[in-house]
Amino acid sequence: MADIDKLIRETLKGDKLAVSRLISVVERGHAQTPYILEKIYPHSGNAYYIGVTGPPGSGKSTTVDRLVKMLCSNNYSVGVIAVDPCSPFSGGALLGDRIRMNKRKSEWDVFFRSMSAGKIMGGLARTTKESSRILDASGKQIIVIETVGVGQSELDIAQATDTVVVILTPESGDNVQLMKAGLLEIADIFVVNKADRPGAENISMSIEAMLDRQRGKLEWRPPVLLTSASLGKGIEELYAEIWRHADYLRQDDKLKERRKSQLKGELKQRIESEIVNTLWQKIRDDADIDELVNDIWEQKIDPQSAAGKVVRRCLKD
Amino acid sequence: MERKIRVVMAKLGLDIHWRGVYLVSQFLKDAGMEVIYLGNKFPEQIVEAAIEEDADVVGLSTLGGNHLTLGPKVVTLLKEKGLDKVKVFMGGVIPPKHIPLLKQQGIYEVYGPDTPMDVIIKGISDSVTVH
Repeated sequence: MADIDKLIRETLKGDKLAVSRLISVVERGHAQTPYILEKIYPHSGNAYYIGVTGPPGSGKSTTVDRLVKMLCSNNYSVGVIAVDPCSPFSGGALLGDRIRMNKRKSEWDVFFRSMSAGKIMGGLARTTKESSRILDASGKQIIVIETVGVGQSELDIAQATDTVVVILTPESGDNVQLMKAGLLEIADIFVVNKADRPGAENISMSIEAMLDRQRGKLEWRPPVLLTSASLGKGIEELYAEIWRHADYLRQDDKLKERRKSQLKGELKQRIESEIVNTLWQKIRDDADIDELVNDIWEQKIDPQSAAGKVVRRCLKD
Repeated sequence: MERKIRVVMAKLGLDIHWRGVYLVSQFLKDAGMEVIYLGNKFPEQIVEAAIEEDADVVGLSTLGGNHLTLGPKVVTLLKEKGLDKVKVFMGGVIPPKHIPLLKQQGIYEVYGPDTPMDVIIKGISDSVTVH
């Protein structure tokens, strides 16, 4: 306990080693995690959160690297959390987002952490939010969260950040893909990266056309930018658009509204998992699951009714 | 929660050989470790990564002859930053007569060509005391 208190104190002072340790402690689900989060939470909420998402190989890491450089050169302190996938078989992971982080200057205040997504399917890791709060509480002004390479429906990033940048490439598909729901609906800024390749104009026009169809419904129309992150092209525009979006959110309490609705979602999720955990503990204690499985196998009862019976009996006592 | 061993892997300095470090990284991943692969990095950057990633182990791949200068430098910098518990492993083309020199300077273990993968995995697992 004394150790944890010391770690928390040093984290709040911005000590890198302490921050790093504390993130690990929370990531590993140490018994002290609720205590840590309770102490950290009041100190969070000061940073601005930028999310970067997109398909694998679209240039997320490279873009993040360039953005971080710009943020640092403008004297912001920056925390980065980069999530990469985890092996479903071994539980191990190869986290490669750091390869793109090059040429850091010693005066820059940046903390970069790689995370394995674990078994979570939403594009972030189980403790990405907690870790970003730790970075926030440690005094970072900007938090950048990079998701795993996503498909069409990994949308957790929209629940964790203020500005979502969706990165696509000229190869990201035709008009039909853009008509589909999902990833494209959470973008605050669109980036067509690798714009030096053929097809970039086409995809950017398709996105604009998609946005045109929603004209009137959108209070913030996401800009569509062309970049070539590895060549450093278009990054300044992206940087400017992120701040334009931030300014937009800061008018009329929009940022507050957005964060409150995220908190509502988070609360709901946490209540659900509390209920599940508490109930399961009780169910494991009183119900004989194996016996029920036998009954279902022998077709004495169907799975849905069996589940209902177990839960109702559990709630009665 | 299961405690995953976190390994920071890097090609030391400007060494261009990548096959070995890729292969070892993938085997470590398949053994259930979290491998943070850095690509080419110098000791200062490797230590920075070890701090931020809360690494248990640093793995350095070197086939270009810089092992005697840059290898021990990583150990020294780690100690300077207070990361005494991080074990540094080296692999690659390293003359056997240099191995005692490296170990004297704090390198935990050195694996030459033809080292069976199981030996590397076991060596890393055993070196990490779970805390």
